[in-house]
Amino acid sequence: MSQMSSVPWLTLLIVIPAVGSLLVAVLPGPAEQAKRLAFGVSLVTLAVGIVAATQFDRSSPAQFQLAEQHAWIPQFGVNYALGVDGIALILILMSLVLTPVCLLAAWHDVEDEGDGGRRVKAYYGLLLSLVPFMVGVFSATDVFLFYILFEAMLVPIYFLIGRFGGPRRQYASMKFLLFGLAGGLVMLVAVIALYLQGPGGTDGFLISKLTGLSIDPTTERLLWLGFFVAFAIKAPMVPVHTWLPDAATEATPATATLLVGVLDKVGTFGMIRFCLQLFPEANAWATPVVVVLAVISVIYGALLAIGQTDMMRLIAFTSISHFGFIVLGIFALTNTSTAGAALYMLNHGFATAGLFLFAAMFIKRRGSKRIPDFGGWQRVTPGIAGAFLVAGLSTLALPGLSSFVSEFLVMVGAFGVFPAGTVIACLVIILASMYILLWYKRVMTGPKPEGLSHIKDWSVREKWVAAPLIGFFVVFGLFPKPALDVINPAVDKTLSYVQANPATLAEGSTK
Amino acid sequence: MTALAPAAFQQANIDYLAVLPLLIVFGTALVGVLVEAFMPRTHRHTVQATIAVVGLVLGFVGVIIATGHQGLTMGFADGATGRRLFSLAIDGPALFMQGSIVLLGILGILTMAERFGGVGSDAFTPSGASTPGSAIEAASTRAGLITSEVFPLTIFAIGGMMLFPTVNDLIGMFVALEVLSLPLYILSGLARRRRLLSQEAALKYFLLGAFSSAFFLFGTALLYGYAGSVYFPDLSAAITQNQLGLNPLLLGGAFLVFVGLLFKVNSVPFHGWTPDVYQGAPSPVTGFMAACTKAAAFGAILRLAYVGLDTAAWQWQNGVIIVAVLTMIVGSVLSVAQTDMKRLLAYSSIAHAGFILVGVLSFDRSGVSSVLFYVVTYGFSIIAAFALVTLVRQDGGEATHLSQWAGLGKKHPIVAGTMAFLMLAFAGIPLTSGFVAKFAVFAAAIHAGGSTGLALVIIGAACSAITVFVYARVIVLMFFSEPADDSVEVVIPSAAMTFSIAIGTLVTLALGIVPASLLDLADRASQFVR
Repeated sequence: MSQMSSVPWLTLLIVIPAVGSLLVAVLPGPAEQAKRLAFGVSLVTLAVGIVAATQFDRSSPAQFQLAEQHAWIPQFGVNYALGVDGIALILILMSLVLTPVCLLAAWHDVEDEGDGGRRVKAYYGLLLSLVPFMVGVFSATDVFLFYILFEAMLVPIYFLIGRFGGPRRQYASMKFLLFGLAGGLVMLVAVIALYLQGPGGTDGFLISKLTGLSIDPTTERLLWLGFFVAFAIKAPMVPVHTWLPDAATEATPATATLLVGVLDKVGTFGMIRFCLQLFPEANAWATPVVVVLAVISVIYGALLAIGQTDMMRLIAFTSISHFGFIVLGIFALTNTSTAGAALYMLNHGFATAGLFLFAAMFIKRRGSKRIPDFGGWQRVTPGIAGAFLVAGLSTLALPGLSSFVSEFLVMVGAFGVFPAGTVIACLVIILASMYILLWYKRVMTGPKPEGLSHIKDWSVREKWVAAPLIGFFVVFGLFPKPALDVINPAVDKTLSYVQANPATLAEGSTK
Repeated sequence: MTALAPAAFQQANIDYLAVLPLLIVFGTALVGVLVEAFMPRTHRHTVQATIAVVGLVLGFVGVIIATGHQGLTMGFADGATGRRLFSLAIDGPALFMQGSIVLLGILGILTMAERFGGVGSDAFTPSGASTPGSAIEAASTRAGLITSEVFPLTIFAIGGMMLFPTVNDLIGMFVALEVLSLPLYILSGLARRRRLLSQEAALKYFLLGAFSSAFFLFGTALLYGYAGSVYFPDLSAAITQNQLGLNPLLLGGAFLVFVGLLFKVNSVPFHGWTPDVYQGAPSPVTGFMAACTKAAAFGAILRLAYVGLDTAAWQWQNGVIIVAVLTMIVGSVLSVAQTDMKRLLAYSSIAHAGFILVGVLSFDRSGVSSVLFYVVTYGFSIIAAFALVTLVRQDGGEATHLSQWAGLGKKHPIVAGTMAFLMLAFAGIPLTSGFVAKFAVFAAAIHAGGSTGLALVIIGAACSAITVFVYARVIVLMFFSEPADDSVEVVIPSAAMTFSIAIGTLVTLALGIVPASLLDLADRASQFVR
């Protein structure tokens, strides 16, 4: 089912940033040099990632490509097994593009405290150490390996929030860790029990061995629940979303971007990879509840976003709304909607990065995250204001910008299956315009504020942060075909597992 | 059934190579006693520590040699009745535990030997018999007295611990229990600082330990009354033959014997002594106890549960299931409220005992190997953790209150970072040995334990989530808080102690990333001989 690769591309994508982050953290020398090294490593990783992507064959019949497999803990049936399908590939590429952008944006997040740059090095080392986890978790084709990375990546984020975050960082980091681990431990029980349902042996945790099992319906539903709870917390969905606004508010903008933009995608990615593929019958059984929760997330997140005065919190709630949309697309189980959801993950990553990073630029200048402290800033920082507007318009899915394509695909695909839910979710188009445009109006428009003449518009560094993001919004808004071409075969493949299972139709229709 | 005496005197068969590790370790302890008596004070500390370490290293070599001589020994096969009366079972679990205890013992000795520039061990009082704060104590400190007898005492304890999982009969198990316990009672009372606390701990430990020994012995008597023999294979066979159902002698005996053993692994409700003793005893001793006593006692529990009383498992397992559940819940919930580092680790140790019991209760070979793996990984982590506790000081004494650890990461990133890593291991975060161990016992329980196993694992997972809060709070204090008091400092350990901490930490990391070889060893060692 997987196509082995002669060059271990995916391992390279894990090893290079892992070694790099260690070097950044421990090498002596000034902090500036450590930042440059981290940025360089992230660029090298991106380059390797692009080369790896060229090896990807869209028409290959195998589910996973660039595959690697080595025995790791044979006693537990665990392999170090990596491989990507189209969905994983675009998510990995998204991570690799966003990392250098975030590192560049984070240049002045942490001040040197006269400790030989130790704090700065720790910050950059930790940020870079997220890359191996992001690549690993999207490319793991062994359930156990996925679980390990899923849990272990909580630790660097925990430190990033707790050490470098805002005033309530202790509370936020603890909340983040406890939510994440609680979900993870539920999943752990399901992971162990799933192995027991499979063929066992020294490679019994491979996804390929666990796909298409015939599991007793009650067991399958419990297993599905074990996985889904962890993913719903990670994604996050209402009602287990409360950690996200706190974490996003207290984290530095770069951390928040990688957390919300990339790592939370593991939740929705996990739903596609595990809930759909491994437990099709249970998935069909649970779909009504999940869709209701998704629609609630969409509306509730958007409503709360409108009411926020803290900008970082606002972005967090818009993400909860968007994650609801992604989940809706996934669980509608049509090729169009699931492909739309996968594309949405990519677009949301960039849109969120734009909002967080551009907002951080004027937050840093003003020294406040509160919307009422602003007004008239398009006259102070016209460049940043423009970039922010583009990111905002992309977030509210303006046609011509990237998010529109995915939101449209999800709605079209889901409408045929859940007309009522989709119609309600469509209300978010209005709500999204409200939270973005009201925000823009309050912060950017109005008379030029007094006494801010010393504030300069964006620096060259900040322009370089903006360039790839704006470029993405425009290019993928007008021409999403390359991404869809990669995603579609993967979606077809995944959905074929759902539909190939005879139990899905029989059980789904009777219960 | 009456006890059958052998018809005539029969000579016991002893395979000396099979018992070589025990002989070496007990021999080392005896040499230590002689050195204590005849060696001048000036060199005694160094010589004793060296002898102890060398003896243990040789003991480990002995364990390797003994692997080629597995089987029952120290006894005879009675030709008339066909019974095999052997006192020692040199088998996989026994040798695995012996090897682990010896290695953990080396690390324990190295931390105990730490002098921090003084004459004798820093952790131990120069004069254990004197009243705390008395003139005699002050005089003995001035005279430069040292307590180098801790080394032979520790070796005796290690010998008893090695014997504990090896013995094949209840009387031998009782002897081993006493041999390992008595030195620990003394060691607990020898702390140099906060001596009243230390003596209180020793007395508590002694009294409660004596109670539990009495329980064990009473249980042994009842089981002898039931089966007419104290040998585990006889016990097992007698239970199979007597189809009389619930026999009060058997049930009472099994209950009391388990009480004696569960006391030693800090399981609830026999855990009352743990926080006080863990706090009062010198930190290196606490680390040693937490690692080695737990390993030895779980070895003994495994043998009793899988060889001696296996055929009556359905009669006693419900009791142990309740104990396991209580242990996990009480250990994890109460650890939340702790403000002292050593007490926190004590409650954490209780919670871990509960997780290990989940593995014991799977009644499967995979359960045995998971327990073996767990005690080793936990042992290495906890010895390093308690060694780190001895490094953080305020006004010369150990700074064990959690508030004193605030902001430690800022000034001492290496010590704080190591402690944080060990905390993540105790919490069972992936890529540490703690996760692999927890996975192993949970997997064994789900695979072999049926719905009971699944229920235990779900409770275990919930308790793990609670303990994560506890460990994360320590990390928050060390890294995310500002230092409360500038006078908290970290003393620089000697090479020996650094080695001990480094090995403990590296093993924790290595077994988290590449656990396959040790898991394989534990798996191959998981078969008991009968």
